[in-house]
Amino acid sequence: MNDEMKPRRRKHGRRSPLASVALVLTGLLMTGGAYALFTAATPASASVDLTSTQTIQEGKKLFAANCATCHGLNLAGSDSGPSLIGVGAAAVDFQVGTGRMPLAKDAAQAPDKPPVFNDTQVKQLAGYVASISPGPGIPAASNLTLTGDATKGAELFRINCAMCHNVAGAGGALTEGKYAPNLMETSPSHIYEAMLTGPQNMPVFNDDNITPQEKQDIITALKTQSKSETVGGFALGSLGPVAEGLFIWIFGLGAVVAFTVWLTAKAN
Amino acid sequence: MTTTSDTYNFDPTAPADSRRSGGITGWASRYVDERTGISYVVREFGRKIFPDHWSFMLGEVALYSFVVILITGTFLTFFFQASMAEVTYDGSYGPLKGLEMSAAMQSTLHISFEIRGGLLIRQVHHWAALLFVASTMLHMLRIFFTGAFRKPRELNWVIGFVLWILAMAEGFTGYSLPDDLLSGNGLRIIAGMVEGIPFIGSWILWLLFGGEFPGTAIVGRLYTLHILLLPAAVLAFIALHLVFVVTHKHTQYAGPGRTNENVIGVPVLPVFAAKAGGFFFVVFGLLMLMGAFFTINPIWVYGPYDPSPVSAGTQPDWYIGFADGALRLMPGWLGGPGGVPMEFVLFNTTYSLNILIPIVVLGLFIVAVMLYPFLEAWVTGDKREHHIADRPRNMPSRTAIGAAGVAFYTVLFFGASSDLIATHFKVSIESMITILQFMLVLGPVLAFFVTKRICLALQKKDRQIVLHGTESGRIVRLPGGEYIEVHEPVDEYERWKLVAFNDYEPLMLRPNAAGRIPVTERARAAISRLFFEDRIEPVTSTELEVARHH
Ligand code: HEC
Ligand code: HEC
Repeated sequence: MNDEMKPRRRKHGRRSPLASVALVLTGLLMTGGAYALFTAATPASASVDLTSTQTIQEGKKLFAANCATCHGLNLAGSDSGPSLIGVGAAAVDFQVGTGRMPLAKDAAQAPDKPPVFNDTQVKQLAGYVASISPGPGIPAASNLTLTGDATKGAELFRINCAMCHNVAGAGGALTEGKYAPNLMETSPSHIYEAMLTGPQNMPVFNDDNITPQEKQDIITALKTQSKSETVGGFALGSLGPVAEGLFIWIFGLGAVVAFTVWLTAKAN
Repeated sequence: MTTTSDTYNFDPTAPADSRRSGGITGWASRYVDERTGISYVVREFGRKIFPDHWSFMLGEVALYSFVVILITGTFLTFFFQASMAEVTYDGSYGPLKGLEMSAAMQSTLHISFEIRGGLLIRQVHHWAALLFVASTMLHMLRIFFTGAFRKPRELNWVIGFVLWILAMAEGFTGYSLPDDLLSGNGLRIIAGMVEGIPFIGSWILWLLFGGEFPGTAIVGRLYTLHILLLPAAVLAFIALHLVFVVTHKHTQYAGPGRTNENVIGVPVLPVFAAKAGGFFFVVFGLLMLMGAFFTINPIWVYGPYDPSPVSAGTQPDWYIGFADGALRLMPGWLGGPGGVPMEFVLFNTTYSLNILIPIVVLGLFIVAVMLYPFLEAWVTGDKREHHIADRPRNMPSRTAIGAAGVAFYTVLFFGASSDLIATHFKVSIESMITILQFMLVLGPVLAFFVTKRICLALQKKDRQIVLHGTESGRIVRLPGGEYIEVHEPVDEYERWKLVAFNDYEPLMLRPNAAGRIPVTERARAAISRLFFEDRIEPVTSTELEVARHH
């Protein structure tokens, strides 16, 4: 019986490093998979003429059906939504394009989610809102060429945005359950519109504050950064030392302990 | 030739070829041995016995990661410039081109982007540093929970404790060297903590930084500490630590034939040495893999240090996290915002209790870790040597205290990442902080009682098993019609583990020669009661005898 026990126990000792290797592999795959998801490009916006009557008519229908309950058909607002007078096409494109609107449920902050409307419908809504009360427009493609000065943009980002969004654009917590989101997946036009309209708890960075050229620099820097992060291998969510610490305890030390078990198990 | 003097081995009358036999290796080893007498050391050390248990190898992991740190660190010193002189970056990383930064940051970027293998070595160095502190602490936990710090090893516990502090200091000084935004923020926090000490704080800060924060001297000074003073101290303490390990011999778990007077295991030579050598390469290889595949501290993303921007989610490396957490969890007001402020001015001096209290609490925690062996020895009054490692359950109070300490430390650590927890689990940061504040107080208490109960329950189970064996699940019908379940007696080897442990009783107070009971003795008795009031006694041989005939 004792002889039977032995090989079984030995097998036990051997299994653990394999398990840890499998764990590390799963970790790798998951990180890689998540990374691939995050970097998947957002489709470029289709060209829709915002000022055409047809766009505005379609937009009005959509707005009446989906938004008017909260914002009112004449954009005057209601108890459940603010007035949209003067927010402009940029705000609508940002809010609906990132899925924040239509608002699903009351929370500390409207979260971004998969957009309800396709790109054309978003533009139609934007056209309708802009037709009633003009405001900041959707940035022209020439402002989103990603040919700005990344060095300058990164510096501007560190000075103006990092206190909320984290230097790496990984996002950060604000008070009372609000948060500045991760910016790595955000499309250039949405970044531009966010600066222009200052959604919710984000300040407005108008063109006097940060010029269109500087906005381009910032976008260029963000996009360059989300690509260059791979220099050192998997970025562990760009969460900095906390992610690194958890990694060393769970995977690093986990693997090491598995090896110690294996080394001592074989001697039995 | 007198009997006291050393004798020389050289024997001129021996035939020349006998000294030459054994080929080139034989010749080489004789050559060395005749000049150094090394064979004595090898023979003695090679016969040292090390018991085989995975938990006994954690200290080795710490040692090996330190060796990796030394090797990779040396490489880094070839290229790193510890200077805060302003330069304009002109390296190959596009998004920083043309930016003003310190030479330290520039040379770190140079190592990362231009030096062949530089980034790999940098990352391995940093991962190894994290593993060094992590394995050190896991090793400390093992020592703590098995009571391997008891006489004669108390001093070695203190040496190990100093190594832990040194490791954290090494880590922190190294983390600050690249002069990037993240580490600069960390340094700013430390500077603030130092400034928060009344009267002497500002003086110390000026001394450390050579003027106002950040100044132009700090990186150079940290570098000197990081590569000269601290590593030398770590090496010296490791040497001392190992000398003690060898002189004390290793502890072992209770088992058949294992007594307080012997050590059962494998000799250092050849098996243990081969395994340990191999294990070094396993650790090294693992760290290389981590350095190759996982980014750590991407300073090019953080950018150069500049006192104005502060990033959201700024955290120190994990081992400093508990200190950061203490600061974060300290309320700024007593009784919520608007209550009694924790920072006030009295006679032209600012008192920042919101900084001082965390410093004091952290100090007490650390000192408690260092002094625990002496405290326990004082409470038990046990002056015997102990070479058998305890099973944690057999010392419920110690295990419970350890669990409470772990809970305290863990809550502080999570305090440092409260913002990340808040965003990732979609709770507000305020409620996260409040929850953690409560947990910091309740967690250790809860951990203490739960752990103690679990230990006692496990001891009870052990007792059951020894006396009545394990339930076999086999039901037998007796001739009288009665059904019983057959209990299989535990085998002798297993039983050894279950019955061999120390049992302490609460201290009985007795008046001393003068007929009085001193206050210290009263305190000791009170703590002793706390420790040993609830206890499960080990099975005695009489009980065993009775149970067997039962
Ligand atoms: C359930 C109610 C609700 C619905 C439905 C809704 N919204 Fe909103 N909307 C809000 C609230 C509340 C806010 C303000 C809080 C915020 O910004 O998240 C808001 C904010 C906005 C803003 C930003 C205003 C600013 O000052 O920048 C825009 C633009 C917007 N909504 C557009 C829309 C559009 C377009 C739709 C229809 C697709 C829509 N909303 C549907 C409740 C709603
Ligand atoms: C005071 C903190 C704060 C500052 C400073 C700030 N933001 Fe924001 N930002 C926010 C918050 C909060 C949101 C979320 C708004 C929402 O959900 O409607 C946000 C949202 C965004 C988004 C949308 C992200 C997405 O994926 O939906 C972008 C892009 C953005 N910010 C860019 C910037 C840039 C660029 C700067 C600097 C010029 C900046 N922010 C400065 C707080 C801030």
